[in-house]
Amino acid sequence: MSEQVEHLIKKEYAAGFHTNIASETLPPGLNEDVIRFISAKKSEPEWLLEWRLKAYKAWQEMSEPTWAHVKYDEIDFQAVSYYSAPKSMDEKPKSLDEVDPELLRTYEKLGIPLHEQAALAGVAMDVVFDSVSVVTTFREKLLEAGVIFCSISEAVQKYPELIKKYLGSVVPQKDNFYAALNSAVFSDGSFVYIPKGVRCPMELSTYFRINEQNTGQFERTLIIADEGSYVSYLEGCTAPMRDENQVHAAVVELVALDNAEIKYSTVQNWYPGNEEGKGGIYNFVTKRGVCHTSAKISWTQVETGSAVTWKYPSCVLRGDNSVGEFYSVALTNNYQQADTGTKMIHIGKNTRSTIISKGISAGKSSNAYRGLVRINPGAEGARNYTQCDSLLIGDKCGAHTFPYIESKNPTAVIEHEATTSKVSEDQMFLCQQRGLDAEKAVSMIVNGFCREVFKELPMEFAVEAGKLLEVSLEGSVG
Amino acid sequence: MLRITDLFARVEEKEILKGLNLTVNPGEVHAIMGPNGAGKSTLGNVLSGREGYEVTGGKVEFNGKDLFDLEIEERAREGLFLAFQYPVEIPGVSNMEFLKAAVDAKRKHKGEADLSAVEFMKVARDASKRVSLDQAFLKRGVNEGFSGGEKKRNEIMQMMLLEPSLCILDETDSGLDIDALQVVANGVNAMRSPDRSFIVVTHYQRLLDYIVPDYVHVLANGKIVKTGDKSLALELEEKGYAWLEDEAV
Repeated sequence: MSEQVEHLIKKEYAAGFHTNIASETLPPGLNEDVIRFISAKKSEPEWLLEWRLKAYKAWQEMSEPTWAHVKYDEIDFQAVSYYSAPKSMDEKPKSLDEVDPELLRTYEKLGIPLHEQAALAGVAMDVVFDSVSVVTTFREKLLEAGVIFCSISEAVQKYPELIKKYLGSVVPQKDNFYAALNSAVFSDGSFVYIPKGVRCPMELSTYFRINEQNTGQFERTLIIADEGSYVSYLEGCTAPMRDENQVHAAVVELVALDNAEIKYSTVQNWYPGNEEGKGGIYNFVTKRGVCHTSAKISWTQVETGSAVTWKYPSCVLRGDNSVGEFYSVALTNNYQQADTGTKMIHIGKNTRSTIISKGISAGKSSNAYRGLVRINPGAEGARNYTQCDSLLIGDKCGAHTFPYIESKNPTAVIEHEATTSKVSEDQMFLCQQRGLDAEKAVSMIVNGFCREVFKELPMEFAVEAGKLLEVSLEGSVG
Repeated sequence: MLRITDLFARVEEKEILKGLNLTVNPGEVHAIMGPNGAGKSTLGNVLSGREGYEVTGGKVEFNGKDLFDLEIEERAREGLFLAFQYPVEIPGVSNMEFLKAAVDAKRKHKGEADLSAVEFMKVARDASKRVSLDQAFLKRGVNEGFSGGEKKRNEIMQMMLLEPSLCILDETDSGLDIDALQVVANGVNAMRSPDRSFIVVTHYQRLLDYIVPDYVHVLANGKIVKTGDKSLALELEEKGYAWLEDEAV
């Protein structure tokens, strides 16, 4: 089968186009002036500039982590441009009618209509283009329910007390190399606040698009679910096809107060590079949530893009009876490399966590699961269940599992299951003997492998994710 | 229907089929018996096009076409069905989804539209009843956690849904208790028709009590060394194969 499998992954990356638009782009390089420029551009208060500069100082003392199971040429952070925005966004448009039609066309092409009447029913969108948020839909409707959904730049102006209280409260400036860099230069991202007892009436979604060349995207997302509230949030991301690598270093912070629930789903489809491994996004992301008493955070991710992925959406289960979940599908093909997983930190009593990770490797790619389950001494009665499955397509790829378990409380119950399997010749033969062609057979087998995770996604996106997987696998059989 | 002429095939450099001839006419049931290692399973795998089985000589005509011109899935869509000796599991892919994809692929090949989910559900439920498989099995993963007997019944159900013109049963009786054997045999018998043929590969005469063949062939040392009617199977049960193997050399 290996010859047969080897051919299936060759479909064009459909989101790989570039939008020709006049942009204001900072020259490459990073220093205090760049940070002051970004801060001034966003008319930030003095404290936030200081906050950024503090992060920058810390970052200068730090070095890039090397423990991940990925290899890439050293990144020259002075060769990256830290701010780029379409000129037409100089004055933030007040409504869609004022948005540059070229930008609207970009999102239409990506299958994301922004006009509310054409938008996906029940989904409110914030769209971020390079360093700025272009527009946020359904804001009025959400405000009726008391839900705040806007760009983080706007939140800094309008809701400074919330920003001051929560920014960096989950991922501190000095948390790690990339988080420190993000804290210094973050340009935009989404902000969500759900008031006490409110069930957010719509799905919220942010779509990130990198367009400019040699530009890094450093977005920051902050979601606060007040006591007893609920929100489901989804992010998607794409970028043009380019021969050079581009850096994306995001930070996402979630705060689930008592009895609140946040469901955070990601469909990550950054440009993965070409068949020879040229180009693609370097994706270094820090995502973490804090759960207060009886709160729940559920991360679901479908990772098919990026040349290098370094990402560990985590839960700090601070409150008693809080729940953390992580459902992940990570697919790597050609020369892609992924090192992804989660951290579940059990602090409160009777805290529970579930980890379901499905890694699929094809081509010459490398796919690693890295996960930490830590039970603190006070976490009486904590439970964790981890299941880590790897699927190999062909015989030139690799799958690795690095589970770390630290239990400091004898009442904790921790279960870990791991399997590695191949798309077997027998399975392929059964499908083909029943009349299915090789492509259909592989995508069916892989989709079946991912079922447990897909069922966690909001319905519209589960279908999308299945299709995305099919496209990403194209050329892996033939 | 099927005309095999002087077929040679090998697996990993080892010659297994050495000049096999067999003609199957529409509506006929042919039983193939023989000692271990004679090439019985190889025949089914070669005809269905499994990778790793290399045809080194001869030709096979199937419904007027050169079989070896067709890909695995094309042979299947043309009506060739292989019921596996050891059906594999495909975790997470529901039996229903799998069967519908197979049926739709075949319909598309014939220029017919896909069945709607409701239409298919009805046909599938009916088929599951005919092989005494609870409907719950339609929702479970393909063969996932099925017992040996359930897997074989699932194979027969697939055969019913795909309505092939040539069914090859590769030691379908192995590992079956007598009840399951009867269910499988009844399913096959119900499908017998003037335009459908069967090749039943088996080690034991027992299955042929239930599926009564028109011809019995003995395959030894890569070719058919003796052909008779159903009484030959009884004779083999009594005398074994050794007396025939000499003839093959």
